[in-house]
Amino acid sequence: MNQTKPPIVRIRNLSKSYRRGSQIIPVLEDITFDIPDGEFLALMGPSGSGKSTLLNLLAGIDSADTGSILINGVEITTLAETELARWRSLHVGFIFQFYNLIPVLTAFENVELPLLLTRLSRQERRAHVETALRVVGLADRMDHYPAQLSGGQQQRVAIARAVVTDPTILVADEPTGDLDRYSAGEILDLMDRLNRESGKTIIMVTHDPRAAEKAHVIRYLEKGELSDASQ
Amino acid sequence: MHLSKLLWKNAFRHRLRTSLTILGITIAILSFGMLRTVISAWYAGVDASSASRLVTRNAISLIFSLPISYKDRFRQIDGVQAISSGNWFGGIYIDEKNFFPNFAVEMENYLKLYPEFVLSPEQVAAASRDRKGCVVGRKLAERFGWKIGDSIILKGTIFPGDWEFVLRGIYRGRDKTVDETQMFFNWEYLNETMLKTVPRRANQVGFYMVGVTNPNRAAEVALAIDRTFKNSLAETLTETEKAFQLGFISMTEAIVIAIQLVSFVVIIIIMAVVANTMAMTARERIGEYAVFKTLGFRGYHIAGLIFGESLVITMTGCVLGIVLTYPAAKAFGSTLSNYFPIFNVATSTIYLDVAAALLVGIVAAVFPTWRAVTIRIADGLRRIG
Repeated sequence: MNQTKPPIVRIRNLSKSYRRGSQIIPVLEDITFDIPDGEFLALMGPSGSGKSTLLNLLAGIDSADTGSILINGVEITTLAETELARWRSLHVGFIFQFYNLIPVLTAFENVELPLLLTRLSRQERRAHVETALRVVGLADRMDHYPAQLSGGQQQRVAIARAVVTDPTILVADEPTGDLDRYSAGEILDLMDRLNRESGKTIIMVTHDPRAAEKAHVIRYLEKGELSDASQ
Repeated sequence: MHLSKLLWKNAFRHRLRTSLTILGITIAILSFGMLRTVISAWYAGVDASSASRLVTRNAISLIFSLPISYKDRFRQIDGVQAISSGNWFGGIYIDEKNFFPNFAVEMENYLKLYPEFVLSPEQVAAASRDRKGCVVGRKLAERFGWKIGDSIILKGTIFPGDWEFVLRGIYRGRDKTVDETQMFFNWEYLNETMLKTVPRRANQVGFYMVGVTNPNRAAEVALAIDRTFKNSLAETLTETEKAFQLGFISMTEAIVIAIQLVSFVVIIIIMAVVANTMAMTARERIGEYAVFKTLGFRGYHIAGLIFGESLVITMTGCVLGIVLTYPAAKAFGSTLSNYFPIFNVATSTIYLDVAAALLVGIVAAVFPTWRAVTIRIADGLRRIG
């Protein structure tokens, strides 16, 4: 159903390589594809295939050698570092494999972090954070520190942090990779709900076929090349 | 929440490590403060000097005397307001360990030259009237439990024999920079005794303390004094009281330099310790800083977090060190009052403490900040897990 929507992400001839000593190792080669608005895309592939690199490029935390990445009309490959940081804070929500919460901050404070870069008042920030935590089902755990939460709960806090700024795209790098099956299921259900109910575009890197099943589209990366396989 | 809250929480994330680092800084600041106070104490005489007082001594050396007959000629020199002769007596009270400075002076004239020695006119008059009368500082009287009317016997070293004095006055310092451990007695008592026992040493003074009418003319008056006694049997060297005191300090300059060096070495050592702590901290949190950058935080936010944490640690240690410096200086000063009659923590020492702690905090954070700010986000995120 999303195929009819205009692409929110347009990737053209994207290449990326790493230098190891005198050796140049190509990671992504001439990648071209679109992601429609509201898509839930799963990127799969073996280790070292370039999935995470592609995700980092889309999220603006790494730079491509050549090619173009147009997200919601913004060509991010030409943005300067400071512009890119600002763009990330407004348009990208990150969900990491290891949650990456700040251990000395409560769930509330962790979710509030991205909002510190906005001009929202203290009361407005509080309202946003409470809403985000309510969406992920942790309204009653706001004052808990990460160490006082289970892995699944920590990942839900991380999702709340990712969505609190209402970003254009959500990128998730192995979001269930550190979770048991039950918790992983909860996280995938939550992501699915965010996609269906809020229309969030989600790009998820995963090894887990069960996780990929939740996505509308699955693309495979192998040896730096993207296959068109989809479901 | 504000980022400063995170900064504070980060500073105490590893409580033992942070506590030990703060303890190290506290000890360093305490040591630095004490060493600077020792240096201040060394210069206490210089700081207490008056611009309106000159010291005239024998041009050859301080150990050579000047004739008392010079005194009348001083009064004829334009700009001289008051004059008192004086001798370093060097007497010992019971035992050498009881050392304190004692001088034979023209009591009334000398005390007029030192308005910072506060005592009643009655006590001055009583001390002047009694040939054996003497005046001592408050701290000295407290040290030996002396009271007005008490008899004090000093054993002469430069002027042999047992010398008996009667305590007629106890002075207080006008402020805390005044030395309250000195003793003054009548020069006439010394001179009369010399006339009887060693006549060739009579009618001689060790120095003249000269009060000038205008401190701005001190150099001119000093030149006039020395010109007056040019080509005499005992030529004079006149200098301001400050220059005279500095002359004494220059004899021990090497010690002062050594203390200064040690005080700076202490700061350099603690700088290395804090830099190590901050480097460890930043290395452990490199992944977190990458997360911050991923969320859109900029380099200056990261720098603020690291510099702020470093400064929280160093300034906490600094405050504790300063707080402890006062009781430590009091204990040190009372223990070594023989050597350092004035041992006060100067305001400038506190400023130096704060400046040193700020410097340590800033320098220690430079390298970890550079690392955290320049590392690629993707590389930083790879450090997690």
